[in-house]
Amino acid sequence: MTFMTRAAGAAAVLVFSAGIALAEPAVVYDSGGKFDKGFNESAFNGMEQYKKESGKSYLEFEVQTDAQREQAIRRFAQKGADPIVTVGFAQGTALEKVAKEFPNTHFVIIDSVVDLPNVQSIVFKEHEGSFLVGVLAAMASKTGKVGFVGGMDIPLIRRFECGYEQGVKYEKKDATVFQNMTGTTGAAWNDPTKGGELAKSQFDQGADVVFAAAGATSLGVYQAAKDSGKLAIGVDSNQNYLHPGTMLTSMMKRVDIAVHGSVTGWKGGVTELGLKEAGVDWALDDNNKPLVTDAMKAKVEAAKADIISGKIQVHDYVADNACPAS
Amino acid sequence: MEWFTTVLYLLGATIRVSTPLIFCAMAGLISERSGVIDIGLEGKMLAAAFAAAVVAALTGSAWDGLAAAVLVGAMLSLLHGFACITHRGDQVVSGVAINIIVSGLTVVLGNAWFQRGGETPQLQAEQRFMGVIFPGTDNISHLPLLGPLYVKVLSGQSLLTYIAFLLVPAVAWLLYRSRFGLRLRAVGENPAVVDTAGISVDFLRYRAVVLGGILCGFAGAYLAIAQNAGFQRDMTAGRGYIALAAMIFGKWKPLPALYACLLFGFLDAGAPLLQGVKIYGNTELPVQLIQALPYALTVILLAGFIGKAIPPKAIGRPYIKER
Repeated sequence: MTFMTRAAGAAAVLVFSAGIALAEPAVVYDSGGKFDKGFNESAFNGMEQYKKESGKSYLEFEVQTDAQREQAIRRFAQKGADPIVTVGFAQGTALEKVAKEFPNTHFVIIDSVVDLPNVQSIVFKEHEGSFLVGVLAAMASKTGKVGFVGGMDIPLIRRFECGYEQGVKYEKKDATVFQNMTGTTGAAWNDPTKGGELAKSQFDQGADVVFAAAGATSLGVYQAAKDSGKLAIGVDSNQNYLHPGTMLTSMMKRVDIAVHGSVTGWKGGVTELGLKEAGVDWALDDNNKPLVTDAMKAKVEAAKADIISGKIQVHDYVADNACPAS
Repeated sequence: MEWFTTVLYLLGATIRVSTPLIFCAMAGLISERSGVIDIGLEGKMLAAAFAAAVVAALTGSAWDGLAAAVLVGAMLSLLHGFACITHRGDQVVSGVAINIIVSGLTVVLGNAWFQRGGETPQLQAEQRFMGVIFPGTDNISHLPLLGPLYVKVLSGQSLLTYIAFLLVPAVAWLLYRSRFGLRLRAVGENPAVVDTAGISVDFLRYRAVVLGGILCGFAGAYLAIAQNAGFQRDMTAGRGYIALAAMIFGKWKPLPALYACLLFGFLDAGAPLLQGVKIYGNTELPVQLIQALPYALTVILLAGFIGKAIPPKAIGRPYIKER
């Protein structure tokens, strides 16, 4: 027993000191999990890229409950990890608290703004990317009705929806956009069954293209689209490969680039990534090539250039909590 | 005719959403009628969903997946029975333990086997229970009202869905018309009498609990390989508890429990249609309100309209032979 305790103590000290010596970066994923094929996985890919390039390891944690966020971030800070990347808007409150306790540690938050000198806040202009896939959806739709399935009902997801709707209406003024949110708690990111049902309800109302921004819930939406022979639009990562033939495109949010950039070159303040910075984009690869006509491609690229040049102003829902398109 | 399309969608979606609830409610009903509380419905369904997805992915057959799901459901039920029938443990504690174990174990095993964070590989159509198209859909579809109803609601559901609806009269027959059912109900009300008649209380309860586990297996298989195309962490999302509530709502009786499941399913299916609806000019109904609706309605109905729900008398009490 004594030996065990001592061994455990020694091991703990070893881990503790090793952490300080190496100053490994650490990442705390959101409740969608590391392999959600989207947002968190993108962050994971960024860390993996760092690992491959630098040959150094990193620490990681997947939160299961809200209470774990603060614990996880604090434990990494105590271990001496630097920088600590927290993925997802939901980490904001926990990070703010811990970042104040460890003013010398560098933190990163994706999708939210924490106004502290030792925190880099990375936010994306999702409305710009969503606008582009909205244009595509409107062009691909035969019924003039398209759908949107969001995860948790938060301003961030409304921003996706609003950008999408503006894109759809930009292309087809009289188009109908159905929108549904999966839920109002964190569980809404992880309910593919509900996602599938929401998509089916939109298909039954006449929609033939649906855009999902709902974490792992999105997977149910894509499956429903495949089962009903309709089109779906992926989110966060390039998800075209999931169901070639029914995935119209994906609204890519380059969390991997953002995470990789912040780990290799941390800088404080707010970093905003839009079309211009290649932080968001639409995905075109071999899997969805047959679905995207040259006319569609030309139109989207034109819209992209116009947004970058400022000719098209895409309204940001978060700016005033309202969407002019609906 | 737009409202008619909506009605069709609502009916179809209600049936789809209710299916796992019906399986689980019947499972809980059989178990609880024998006097064993079954709060582990959620866990058994989740484990079964996982087993179904894993086996269907490995062997490529939906039937193998279903068999595995049923087996896992029955095994967990045996565990539950071993803890609280043989060893007279607390039935709620054992059920909750099963829920927690399964929630963690599925992710750990899934991660170890497939390295996808607890997810199983996406299944192809032939590895799933796809919609069964009834004969004659082409001929009937042009009929007004009946045609679309036949094509969109009655036909095209998963095989497991039809089994679920046939299950309800079967369970009712089993409970009220068979000798086994009579003994089952007796053991849930007054086990001492059954014991005096020379029938083993433990054996009866074991059979009831395992039967429940088998039905949970169907529910899980439906979730993983019919409605979805693979397993995801905690994909049951509380449906086991909803089924438990539906069963209590239905006063531990098969037909009322079916109605309760359909009611919950209907509210769940209707919620998406209410989202984004404008009331009073430009105000939207808040999503939170719409999603709270089924639960608020449950409370109201329970308080006002559904009389008293009386559980089986001996429920939750392990049977101890008098010496």
